[in-house]
Amino acid sequence: MTIPDVREHTTEKNWIGKSIPRLEDRRFLLGKGGYIDDLVLPNMLEVALVRSIYPHARIVSIDTSEAEALPGVAAVVTGAQAAEMTDPLPDFGPDPENHPWRCLAVDKVRYNGEGVVAIAAESRAIAEDAAELVVIEYEPLEPIVDPMAAKEDGSPLVHETLGTNIAFHREFTFGEVDADFEGADRIISDTLHWGRSGGQPIETVGAVADYDDASGMMSIHANSLSFTSYLFMLAGTLRVPSNKLDMHPVSAGGSFGSKLWEVKTPTIAGMLSRLCGRPVKFLQDRMENISNGDHHGSDRRYEVDLAVMNDGTLRSIKITTVEDYGAYIQFGVGHHGNALAQVTGPYKMSSVYYDVTAVLTNKCQQGAYRGFGSEVGNWVLERMVDLAAAELEMDPAEIRRRNFLEPDQFPYFIPTGNVYDSGDYGGVLDKALELADYAGWRQRQTEARAEGRNVGIGICTCQERSVFSATEFWFWFDEPGAPVSSMPESVTLDVDALGNITATLYSCAMWGNSPETMVAQLVGEEFDVDPQTVNVVYASSNQGLPATGPGGSRFTVMVAGAVEVASAKIKKKGAAIAAHLLEANVEDLTWVNGGFEVAGTPTARMELADIAIQAHLFKHGLPEEIESGLEASHVYDHPYTTMPNDDRTDLGVFYPFMGHACHIAVVEVDPDTGKVDFLDYAAVHDCGTMVNPRSLCGHIVGGTAQGIGTSLLEEFVYDDDGVLQTPSFAEYVIPTSMDVPELKIGHQETPSPYTPHGIKGGGEAGRMMAPAAISAAIDDALRDHGVRVRRLPATPERIVDWIDGGG
Amino acid sequence: MNQGQTERHSVSLTVNDRAVEAEVEPRLSLADFLRRHLDLVGTHLGCEQGACGACTVLVDGQSVRACLMLTVQADGTTVETVEGLATNGELHPVQEAFRTKQGLQCGFCTPGMLMRSLELIRDNRGITAEQAREGLASNMCRCTGYQYIVEAVVEAASNMDTEVNQ
Ligand code: FES
Ligand code: FES
Repeated sequence: MTIPDVREHTTEKNWIGKSIPRLEDRRFLLGKGGYIDDLVLPNMLEVALVRSIYPHARIVSIDTSEAEALPGVAAVVTGAQAAEMTDPLPDFGPDPENHPWRCLAVDKVRYNGEGVVAIAAESRAIAEDAAELVVIEYEPLEPIVDPMAAKEDGSPLVHETLGTNIAFHREFTFGEVDADFEGADRIISDTLHWGRSGGQPIETVGAVADYDDASGMMSIHANSLSFTSYLFMLAGTLRVPSNKLDMHPVSAGGSFGSKLWEVKTPTIAGMLSRLCGRPVKFLQDRMENISNGDHHGSDRRYEVDLAVMNDGTLRSIKITTVEDYGAYIQFGVGHHGNALAQVTGPYKMSSVYYDVTAVLTNKCQQGAYRGFGSEVGNWVLERMVDLAAAELEMDPAEIRRRNFLEPDQFPYFIPTGNVYDSGDYGGVLDKALELADYAGWRQRQTEARAEGRNVGIGICTCQERSVFSATEFWFWFDEPGAPVSSMPESVTLDVDALGNITATLYSCAMWGNSPETMVAQLVGEEFDVDPQTVNVVYASSNQGLPATGPGGSRFTVMVAGAVEVASAKIKKKGAAIAAHLLEANVEDLTWVNGGFEVAGTPTARMELADIAIQAHLFKHGLPEEIESGLEASHVYDHPYTTMPNDDRTDLGVFYPFMGHACHIAVVEVDPDTGKVDFLDYAAVHDCGTMVNPRSLCGHIVGGTAQGIGTSLLEEFVYDDDGVLQTPSFAEYVIPTSMDVPELKIGHQETPSPYTPHGIKGGGEAGRMMAPAAISAAIDDALRDHGVRVRRLPATPERIVDWIDGGG
Repeated sequence: MNQGQTERHSVSLTVNDRAVEAEVEPRLSLADFLRRHLDLVGTHLGCEQGACGACTVLVDGQSVRACLMLTVQADGTTVETVEGLATNGELHPVQEAFRTKQGLQCGFCTPGMLMRSLELIRDNRGITAEQAREGLASNMCRCTGYQYIVEAVVEAASNMDTEVNQ
């Protein structure tokens, strides 16, 4: 594919851009959200797991006899027995056959919390009682905790068959890195560490499986997302034919990545349902979700060199990173693809070196968390730009502005080969400086510092890539197993006999974003109907069309494309019907305010409802070739991707619709306690044309709150023995209302030239930026104490430590 | 440990204006009683250990973590849950304010937030944003960042005040 045609976007819109109240909300406000735990099927069993108390141990024996004897227990299944009923879980990582991942551990446990035995019983309480009666004898093995030690020869191994703990290593050079470094005035270097946090939605992951022996149908209701396209892989795990596995999407009480493609829970529920011949519910509890949920976020150590000129010009960056993936590596290093999509940020830089080593350790494995690794890249780049500004004694806003790509430079290909479609970074920065009253705060900061108060201001200007291509999951390999390149999203629009419209979505249910509101607004725009009248439903996979689901801020853009074409198909048919009945030429008809009319003769007109009833009920009044009904589906493919080249000096276009934001945080730090208080916080986002500004604001505030958690509070901590120290919300601290400030929010709209209406993704929002702004603000506040934030979270203990250690 | 399954205690309480009598295991939490025995599934469980507040209900007018309270402890009390807020399909002012201010995204914390908000509004006439923010620190929301929930509480309080005065 070459560069797609540039679209013309009309500015006159009826519904897009309006902050209409969400269609989803009423059911949630009434307590009728229909979450997975609300689903109770007749005769249903419930599940509890026995999980490993050791980080690394050989399973010597398992005695389940007492548990089986407990009244109310229907089945007790060990990992070895599960391996006879299921195949390994689907795994997109490198060499999955050498680190097989199963729903329950077989032979040895690889992290504290890994499931070993599953119990199905009449109630969850009985299942938990039975779990306590299972006797497991372990032979503890040396825990593998530190990834830097784990990657060395001679380390004990997480997976013996792999022969190493290094799951993957690769280095990339994009552009003339050596020359750019040689020509630089200065090389700025640092070591950084982004700690392990995770989505931790308030609702955990669950599934209700119902295997029907008579038909061979495996029906699974699940609050996991994105099942449609790769469902055949889960069918393989469950050993059912792919057309006999039907996933029913259920509303998710938040995901933030952590319910993306969650396969273990449906597998355990499905296995037990088939075994017991009854419906089975498996809902994780919180400890399960934290310790065994397969969705920890990035955990990266970095060595970075930045080549700069004395005037502040950024030339090139060298990034060497070691990532601790935990005991398995289900998504491979796709997280680093996300980082490479925007590795140079909003800046003109001509070359990049990137070296990634993925290490396996005795920890819960990584999955997805809002940003999918690109938020880490943002933080690293911004940390380095701040360091450059400090060394050059430049204002942090000024060094950024000096390096921004200009609005007339788009589409712009960054050194990795990805394209940025459009942007106006200077415009966003100006708005943010004004919104935050940057000049005023610098003044107040001087006054506060004179009083001995440690007030700091942090700025970041970060990218938010949106709408990924599947290539980022395999361009790491010279000979990928499956160089897939499809990432479609589909919709069906059905206009019923009375002209009421139903939109069917295919990849998941509501997950906290507003798919129903957004689709209704898009449909409202196309057909001039009030979005509140549009019915939005979610199909189960068996009724499905190709779809990928949310992730990488892709859903709104992709569904907008599907709605656009499906609407055009319906209008084409509607025009043919109207032309016939109005005895006009179809070319003379135009769509005006909810119906077709003959150009210049507004009285010769048919409303959508008039057309619809004819289409549904009056076949003999229509031309022979027109089929009854008025519905259309469309499978929308990514509008702009290209393939990587053979030697991977060019990764192709894989994340082209580039949002941008500037966050400005003002904090005060108490050097005695290490506590960080927010004095002000401003965020200006540009994700192209906004569909529903208020819903976007919700993402900005919510994402920023998560970014604050990542920056200051949240970490999955494993001690030196590999024992998880944060197994509950008592230790894993997510922000409360008192931990987050009131945000000032601003918007800029730089429409994408390549997407319907100019929409770009914006769902990952504040978490992509907040850590960079907050880290900078802490540095600035504690500059007299020589503190530089090199590690997140910057907990009070660590901050005090850095002060004592002088930096 | 399994005696809990056989021994039963009788309880009688009022739930959303309805008299309820039941025989329950002593270990049954109020949350499980509401969800599983009364089908009031609006009360959600996020942590089952008193941290998140998703299970917040009002017992004799006071917010309670329904995951930590045993049903037998609720014997003789009056319990209010999210299902009791709306009347004849009409949203309660607190629900309406959450809707207009977008005080929810995924909706999972929402029932607990609504009940806690109602308590805050009842206990603090003319509640300010600061008071609301502080009072809501009892309940975790992972989606919204709280800002619009705070706004919703203040808005609901002023609407309810107006209603009372009319
Ligand atoms: S479920 Fe009761 S406090 Fe979390
Ligand atoms: S709305 Fe999702 S947790 Fe509060």
